[in-house]
Amino acid sequence: MTGNSELLEVNQLKKYFPYRMGVFKKAHIKAVDDVSFVLKEGETLGLVGESGCGKSTTARAIQRLIEPTGGRILFQGMDICSLKRRELRQVRKEMQMIYQDPYASLDPRMRIETIVGEPLEVHHVARGKEKEDRVRDLLQKVGLKSEHMRSYPNELSGGQRQRVGIARALALHPKLIVADEPVSSLDVSVQAQVLNLLKELQTQFGLSYLFISHDLGVVAHVSDRIAVMYLGRIVELARDEELYFNPLHPYTKALFSAAPVVDRSARRKRILLRGEIPSILAPPRGCSFHMRCGEKRKVCEMKEPEFRDVGQGHFVACHLFE
Amino acid sequence: MESHPLLRIRELHVHFLTLRGTVRAVNGVHFTVREGETIGIVGESGCGKTMTGLSILRLIPRPAGRIARGEIEFDGKDLLLLPEPEMRKIRGNQISMIFQDPMTSLNPCYSIGNQLGEVFRLHRKELRRDEIRERCVELLKLVEIPMPELRLRQYPHELSGGMRQRIMIASAIACRPRILIADEPTTALDVTIQAQILELIHKLREEVNTSVLLITHNLGLMAENADRVVVMYAGRIVEQGPVDEVINHAVHPYTQGLFRSIPRMTKDFKEMKQRLIEIPGVVPSLLTLPRGCAFAPRCSKRRAICDQQEPERVEVGLHHDVWCAL
Repeated sequence: MTGNSELLEVNQLKKYFPYRMGVFKKAHIKAVDDVSFVLKEGETLGLVGESGCGKSTTARAIQRLIEPTGGRILFQGMDICSLKRRELRQVRKEMQMIYQDPYASLDPRMRIETIVGEPLEVHHVARGKEKEDRVRDLLQKVGLKSEHMRSYPNELSGGQRQRVGIARALALHPKLIVADEPVSSLDVSVQAQVLNLLKELQTQFGLSYLFISHDLGVVAHVSDRIAVMYLGRIVELARDEELYFNPLHPYTKALFSAAPVVDRSARRKRILLRGEIPSILAPPRGCSFHMRCGEKRKVCEMKEPEFRDVGQGHFVACHLFE
Repeated sequence: MESHPLLRIRELHVHFLTLRGTVRAVNGVHFTVREGETIGIVGESGCGKTMTGLSILRLIPRPAGRIARGEIEFDGKDLLLLPEPEMRKIRGNQISMIFQDPMTSLNPCYSIGNQLGEVFRLHRKELRRDEIRERCVELLKLVEIPMPELRLRQYPHELSGGMRQRIMIASAIACRPRILIADEPTTALDVTIQAQILELIHKLREEVNTSVLLITHNLGLMAENADRVVVMYAGRIVEQGPVDEVINHAVHPYTQGLFRSIPRMTKDFKEMKQRLIEIPGVVPSLLTLPRGCAFAPRCSKRRAICDQQEPERVEVGLHHDVWCAL
């Protein structure tokens, strides 16, 4: 399914949040630090990691929903960071977001037709009868009925609400959809419905997804390539199958080994990590993972590992592979 | 494994009175827990798994909720008939519970030492203050919390989620309970921390021979930790049996659907990429449960009889039961 042309190129993206320690001392929380990746047309890039690792911040910074502190974001060859507000609006038509919580991301006082029609109106794409037709068409594409147009979000189930969120994201024919944990608040039996829908829409419209999730099973199922984040950095990035069967970074290995698996034959020898994720306020020197790493060496405490290609597009940031 | 039944739940019904009618949260649940075994209760949100757990400790929120019918036999006594003071002696002592959310289950106004020590002050009245402190330190060491003396003086907001969950576990196991009810013990935690916590529960089970009731919606977690599985749907048990039986030879269409609908991690990568098989429709409202089998409206193998009468228990294998008209 992977096209050739690059849709999105993220280069050393940084997002620091200022943090006040006492009256005079100021510090920064490095929520996202030097994140680089490429997303090709029609491709799904999965972004996994534990809470607080910077997945969602990355997603938001890419669309400039929050201003990145540094780095370059090229979308269809255009540098998003240098765009003015009006130009940015045009670009945003092409990149849409699906949010995690379908209960919180839909305005409870708006009818479904207004919610899905809003992007069309805001961007002066369609209005009146034409808008109504397009909304009906969109709802049908995501598996809802035209009766739902007049409903309010509270009349719908979680799965149906997420479909509304997807319909809204599709309204402007985007090229890129950033899906931030799109199924994690849904019941297991409904998750499958939404995941299948996302795949169908991808084939139908040639969409690219940046798919964020903490569920490794889900990510492995949907992604063409997977990036693993830890404390604001991508520590490993590779093709789905490669990463699944041959993870290199000790954190990736531990992460995959920790995920509970139904099939006995697919279970990995569990690597138990010591301790917890260090505070992002005081990240350790050197490699941010060294305190929990079972394969730590001296150099890991001193120097930050470089994020480099170890062959065939398999990137890893670890001293063991330098 | 010892097969002495420790807890017997018979025909448990839990009702909630709401303005829109009676919600049948638990509808005739029936199962046994043996000594030293781990039972996984799985199902989706609203299927009654948490309420079943709470009923055992008689912690159903009142007055809206009540146990309408049933028997919960523990150690030869029906827990539902015990006077409250007697029940208090069992709760937290012989049967204890790890609650779902470590962020809200600890009281922010009291120190960790105070909250952990409460268990001993209630159930081990003979202990002196310094002895209680000693026991608390031991407990924290057991759940692998570094610097236990310091932690006892700290307050919940000073600890991370994983740390708080360990405190919850420490307080649940303080009296070496015979039954530990773990309600989604790791749902709020990250996978690497989850693995640590489960390792811990496992260790305790070996040491104290505690029976564990693991309530979860995570099928992987259930598969790796339970000996037997109870699958619930809309307040009823639809299938129960030994873990491998249920995973590999699921009989009930709901259980089968559930296992097929999750993206599974397997050795066969092609299989992982295949389209997921959906269960159509949504979980029914507990206010308006269908007359016959609750799963019938979503079932692909539905027959006329499914809409007319509630399915009866059918034995399909050794200790493997299913509630389905097929």
